[in-house]
Amino acid sequence: MKKQKWYLLLLLLAVSLVLAACGGGNDNAEGGDGGDEAAEDNFSVAMVTDIGGVDDKSFNQSAWEGLQAFGEEYNLEKGDNGYDYLQSNSDADYIPNLNQLVRRNFDLIYGIGFMLKEPIMEVADQNPEVNFGLVDDVIEGKDNVVSIMFKEQEVSFLAGVAAAKETKTGKVGFVGGMESPVISRFEEGFKAGVKSVDPNIEIIVNYVGSFGDAAGGQQAANAIYSQGADIIFHASGATGNGVFAEAKERIQQNPDQPVWVIGVDSDQYEEGKVSDDVNVTLTSTLKRVDVAVKEIAERAMNGDFPGGETITFGLADNGVELAETGGHIPQETWDVINEYKQKIIDGEITPPGTPEEYENFLKDLGIEE
Amino acid sequence: MSKNLNKLLIPVLSVILGLVVGAIIMLVFGYNPIQGYSQLWNGIVGDVYVLGESIRQITPYILAGLAFAFAIKTGLFNIGIEGQLIVGWFAATYVGVVLDLPPGIHLIVALLAGGLAGALWGFVPGILKAKLGVNEVVVTIMMNYTALHVTNALVRAWAGKDTSERIHETASLRIPAWEEATMYSRMHAGIFVALIAVFVIWYILKYTTLGYELKAVGLNRDAAQYAGMNVERNIVIAMIISGFLAGLAGSMEGLGTFEYVATKSSLTGIGFDGIAVSILGANHPIGVIFGAVLFGALKYGSLSMPNPPAQIPEEMISIIIAIIVFFVASTYLFPWLKEKFTRKKGAN
Repeated sequence: MKKQKWYLLLLLLAVSLVLAACGGGNDNAEGGDGGDEAAEDNFSVAMVTDIGGVDDKSFNQSAWEGLQAFGEEYNLEKGDNGYDYLQSNSDADYIPNLNQLVRRNFDLIYGIGFMLKEPIMEVADQNPEVNFGLVDDVIEGKDNVVSIMFKEQEVSFLAGVAAAKETKTGKVGFVGGMESPVISRFEEGFKAGVKSVDPNIEIIVNYVGSFGDAAGGQQAANAIYSQGADIIFHASGATGNGVFAEAKERIQQNPDQPVWVIGVDSDQYEEGKVSDDVNVTLTSTLKRVDVAVKEIAERAMNGDFPGGETITFGLADNGVELAETGGHIPQETWDVINEYKQKIIDGEITPPGTPEEYENFLKDLGIEE
Repeated sequence: MSKNLNKLLIPVLSVILGLVVGAIIMLVFGYNPIQGYSQLWNGIVGDVYVLGESIRQITPYILAGLAFAFAIKTGLFNIGIEGQLIVGWFAATYVGVVLDLPPGIHLIVALLAGGLAGALWGFVPGILKAKLGVNEVVVTIMMNYTALHVTNALVRAWAGKDTSERIHETASLRIPAWEEATMYSRMHAGIFVALIAVFVIWYILKYTTLGYELKAVGLNRDAAQYAGMNVERNIVIAMIISGFLAGLAGSMEGLGTFEYVATKSSLTGIGFDGIAVSILGANHPIGVIFGAVLFGALKYGSLSMPNPPAQIPEEMISIIIAIIVFFVASTYLFPWLKEKFTRKKGAN
């Protein structure tokens, strides 16, 4: 009996110590809160990430950068009545996270990624007074939901042109995350760009089956480089970190045999850095999710929320573009790229976004596969 | 009296100790533990919505924990709950979408389909273990990935996109009245399925010949053989039932939480958490309920911690939750310490 009391006493002491310590902190924090309450009701916007997380160096991060830029421009603070994000650890978290943001009275709530489609449809029906935005997929017929799409095939086409011009071995590669309509647009656009420049270039395609498997990405890149390709375009989220790792390893072991990676979604120049002089990132296809979420947020703030519509961002409205960081692409190649870019903007060339469109595209070019 | 008090005191103390260490970590990094924990608490039982969602989260944990606990009684480490859950999710949803049956019957058929798919996924490592002595841990781990990629391919082939149609209402576990009463939480009738499963498994293990034989095989395979039991058959049966339970856990997701099946880029994690749930519950069917409540509640409640005013980052929450679970799991530490303490005193 005696010993038990001794245990209890020790624990009680520890608990009370901690509680006392916290008590002090609490007072300060409450003082801070009081100041906030005086603020007026701002237009507030928030987002829910998919399971990639907010620092995925890809579109979740890009979207968050867009919200931060929006907040900075209109003097908003991170948190309630400003801008904020919630991360999802599993598919089951999407709806609770969306609902939390609804209850925190955000005016506009984005779901980043096509996995958020069903959850947004459900929550949007239950909360018709709140506006939602979905990136990368389309929800039709809901007045409080706007769908944001990108013409990935257009910028991937330009990446294909760059790869075709810059390859020394006549072989290029593509690493995909999971097979899906979005990744299909990357793949088919890229292939069409390559074939438009030189139909004889071989394209090796490899899907890893995940957006979060860096080890799998490294294996895929290893297989493609080993088959003689010297440039890989990846559209695979965090899996692509493995593609960069493989390229960096190869160039360190064999500096005379250059290999390149074309990054995706955000400027991945930093990912390709080996030393101050050596970098394996040829360029990146930028999907300006940040531009898109900021623009839609501004429209919503000004009472012009495009509910029920699908807004598509392409080359023409700077929603997608090819990164110039690093200057690895020579001017002659840029001239060719810009030529194709103008043709796409003018509608002379329509890059394919599905396997069927790609086949037709090849037929129009007069190539038999 | 002292023994009973100890039984109750030790788990409570370990939870408190876990919370204290978690609080210290929050303090060290400049966050307010009181705000953090009160948001955690309110995120579990703060209103009817989060309460409903917490129960929703707990439901598949009960079944996944039960699946592990049942296999371990026969001495089998079923690490493949994850894969069995995923195929169960797919099969239940498929039946829920494709078939057109009257209410009630449709739900039962869909649940059975999910369970049977999981049972099939458990049968393969079971028969390999029984007939060829292949280690079930290796086979079940590999079959998790097989399940993931096979169902992804099946979803795409069937739906033509990454998400299937929604199941018919006749196959749904959701109860509209509950949804309205809980501010549209996704709490569903699966909790009853899980509790019934707990009772059935408890009954099988405690009162049936089958349960007796399974436990005998788990305690000493050779002795069971010598006593005239069919060890091979019992191993296969244990894996089938364990897989069935895991498949049911998947059906909870397919017929209740989501009402559809989507391609996944990684394993769900429920199956692996199920192992921890089972161990927290001392691998006992009733204990699994408590393990699942603790695990599911912490997991769901922690989603509220990044909200203001606490604004505790996601990554730190994972650490805090892990510490709490760690302390609960190391409950055995207390009796050990106490014993040591007592002995020293005795020596003096």
